[in-house]
Amino acid sequence: MSGFWQKIFERFKRQSRDAPTPPPSTESEAPVAAESETPAAGAGSGEVDPPQLLAACAQSVGLLRDHNEDSMFMLSTTITGSDEQLPFGLYIVADGMGGHSNGEVASSIAVRTVAHRVIERLYTPLLKSPGSSPEVSIQEVMQESTLEAHEIITREAPGGGTTLTAALILGSQMTITHVGDSRACYISPQGELKVLTRDHSLVQRLVELKQLSPEEAAIHPQRNVLYRALGQGEPLEPDTQTFPLPEGGSLLICSDGLWGAAPENEITQSALHISSPLEACQRMVDSANQAGGPDNISVILVRLP
Amino acid sequence: MDTYRITQNLDPEPNRDLTQQLQAGETLAGRYLIDSVIGVGGMGAVYRARDLHFPNVVKLVAVKEMVNLAPDPMARATIIRNFEREANILATLDHRAIPRIYDYFTINERSYLVLEYVNGKDLEAIINERQEPLSELQVVTWAIELCDVLHFLHTLKPEPIVFRDMKPSNVMVNQQDHIVLVDFGIAKTFQTGQRGTMIGTEGYSPPEQYRGEATPQADIYALGATLHHLMTRRDPRLEAPFSFAERPIRKYNPNISPELEAVIFKALQYNPEDRFRTAEEMKKALLAAAKKTGLLPHVPFPTASTVEENQIRPVWTFECEDEIRGTPLFHDGIVYTGSYDNNLYALSAADGEFQWKYPTEGGIVSRPAAFEGHVYFGSEDTRLYVITARGGRINWTHYTRGPVRSSPTIAEGHVFIGSDDGYLHALNAATGRLVWSTDAGSAIRSTPLVFHENVYFGTQSGEFYCLNFNGSIRWRFSAKRAITSSPVISQGIVYFGSVDSTLYALDCKSGWVIWRYRFEKPSISTPCIHDNLLFTGATDGNIYCIDASTAKEVWRFTTEHQVTGSPIFYNDSVYCGSVDGHLYCLDYRTGRLRWKFMTGGPITGTPAVNGDKIYIGSLDHKLYALTA
Repeated sequence: MSGFWQKIFERFKRQSRDAPTPPPSTESEAPVAAESETPAAGAGSGEVDPPQLLAACAQSVGLLRDHNEDSMFMLSTTITGSDEQLPFGLYIVADGMGGHSNGEVASSIAVRTVAHRVIERLYTPLLKSPGSSPEVSIQEVMQESTLEAHEIITREAPGGGTTLTAALILGSQMTITHVGDSRACYISPQGELKVLTRDHSLVQRLVELKQLSPEEAAIHPQRNVLYRALGQGEPLEPDTQTFPLPEGGSLLICSDGLWGAAPENEITQSALHISSPLEACQRMVDSANQAGGPDNISVILVRLP
Repeated sequence: MDTYRITQNLDPEPNRDLTQQLQAGETLAGRYLIDSVIGVGGMGAVYRARDLHFPNVVKLVAVKEMVNLAPDPMARATIIRNFEREANILATLDHRAIPRIYDYFTINERSYLVLEYVNGKDLEAIINERQEPLSELQVVTWAIELCDVLHFLHTLKPEPIVFRDMKPSNVMVNQQDHIVLVDFGIAKTFQTGQRGTMIGTEGYSPPEQYRGEATPQADIYALGATLHHLMTRRDPRLEAPFSFAERPIRKYNPNISPELEAVIFKALQYNPEDRFRTAEEMKKALLAAAKKTGLLPHVPFPTASTVEENQIRPVWTFECEDEIRGTPLFHDGIVYTGSYDNNLYALSAADGEFQWKYPTEGGIVSRPAAFEGHVYFGSEDTRLYVITARGGRINWTHYTRGPVRSSPTIAEGHVFIGSDDGYLHALNAATGRLVWSTDAGSAIRSTPLVFHENVYFGTQSGEFYCLNFNGSIRWRFSAKRAITSSPVISQGIVYFGSVDSTLYALDCKSGWVIWRYRFEKPSISTPCIHDNLLFTGATDGNIYCIDASTAKEVWRFTTEHQVTGSPIFYNDSVYCGSVDGHLYCLDYRTGRLRWKFMTGGPITGTPAVNGDKIYIGSLDHKLYALTA
């Protein structure tokens, strides 16, 4: 079974190398994609009808690692009808860790399992029967698929672990399930960056308890130590919460290879001033590599309607 | 024995595989015949070995192996020097709870420490093997021995030694049932030179240790953490770091006395200065607690109540001729309340003086609404009444075909009200003209909520509806049992409870379930929301506080009977009545009781509040005005 995942992973990696700028279907039709350096904040919001989620992603192995252990998934769809316009988007980043190849296997299992279950249990019913909602709750599906991924990783990739940050946008709500130290952030049209997730890292816990300053935490020798990850022991308690979808601005999901390396103002400036989400993602990855690229970098940027 | 569960991204290692261990039968340094592996950790392994210098007897030793991971030769040399210096210090220690050190040496990238073999089990193994928690006596006995050995280390001359790594796997219990410390954190020297994302939480170490401070108070914290794990069976490495305060020992092990719990929690304080100053002091506290529990085994834990019950005096009370089951309304200096005696009463809010009453032909069990000088309310006589607020004179009535137990909602010039006839009625608020009525299939007792030109309400057969302003259905959702609770909306999510024992959160545009929270029993209470916290009650007797975005319980307060009324939020407090007859005032962040007030009968309604006064009706026929 692990060979199967290995193959899957190899394919994933090759794709990301051979095609460094894959054009996900949504961008090419984006009305704002043409001019590059114009402010993007207002451009994506309010003017598009029906409201839809424009997303792009970028990934880099970084400068110090020789292989990629991050995995990503992204899907943006729109359903429009007489009465209802329902954007649906699913965005996942997982940062694997662990000896041999189990880190990359773990992150691949994580994104695949969660994407599979969310589509099966939430998206497919949406297509089948308009106007009635499924029995299960969004938070339960997100939570249960994360726990399922955890079990599979424990079984198929022993010793491997992974972070997981998955954001589901459905209608006017955004539900985020999160384990580890990848992050989901909201960048407002004014350029304020708000971290929506809480790192499950030792140093973050120390910062919360005011035992370390954020500055001390940034250079702490144990800043990479997580206390919660998929595939790493019971019980796993993912953080799941629902936010009202803000109007305008961007959702950013990234691994610590981005937020731990690229300066925050470069991240917000890229999100704000580069109208194409794809180019903005690429610029963020470049920023992280210019800052030394110490780890694998994965980033997904979603323009909110 | 090192039990760090660390998974690391190692750079390709030019030497031999670091995970490779010595095999049984191999001889180390020409002297130690490896017998078996006792344990494996991220830094190396621990072996049981036979010392071949004693050929005629079987002398067992423990050999601890540590792998030097530093890539730089200078750093490697420093690590080896530090290791040898520490080994020399430890070799001089003489205490029955500390194993003797016989030898140490370094071969290539591996350093070895040879020490006394302790025949026994470590506390971690003991925790894992047992199904039931350890007895208080057993824990206290070990705790006192551990305090003794820590005190010995902390008072050594010329330099005190800080153990730095107190945890169950580092404490052995030998054949004589005494404890022995088996690891002196010496492996820490070998932990530099790693990078990349790692997993591994120590769980037992205090916050300040991560700033590099190793003090006797750090050992006291870790001892507290170890004892906490022993008594609760909750492994701190699997919990958020430094979260012991969230796991009171007695919650997991009610057999432990509050006295012992208090000692442990003092040891587990975040700030070193709040813990015991010395291990000796902690030992004395353990002895004092043991003495106290021996003498007075049932000392009650002090309650958090700050104001005694009998100190609360109502500002005024007003007595009707029958029960008050519904909720009062404050409007323009007047408190309006319906009663099961069929009357709607208007009372002066300041002193409770009777203004007027309006008689209907059925019980009034809901909450009146006020709009443009009129009071709107339903009665079990099947009618919606609209009367003038000042004089109590009738303006118009609307007949439904069943008792009205739903409360009216007025929005956009219309009044919306449910009835046991199974219809939601929408009327012109000024004229009483019926604009539409929508068949909901069963009795509507929940109060309709109007939000963004949609009307939300539940029914007794468990349907939840979202209607648009012309009365047609936008979406519906089915709960498993009745929805008597009235909906509330915050940030695009509609919340309500159900008799199926669930609190639901639905996207108010699409009706999609965002989350569900399970009570222990049905709920007919209407939630209120403040600061992203939902407050509600259930017939399991609890008042709940639930985080609205995560669906996690923040706190619960247990009353002495069902909670069928609804809470309100006011001035940092949650006010809620219970069928046990009390009105409770709780701190909204913690659920701690601020005060409670006893009425003469069950409370099934919701309080109303204005200015400094809170108004609540009771089945003892009385309406009470209390100082909020």
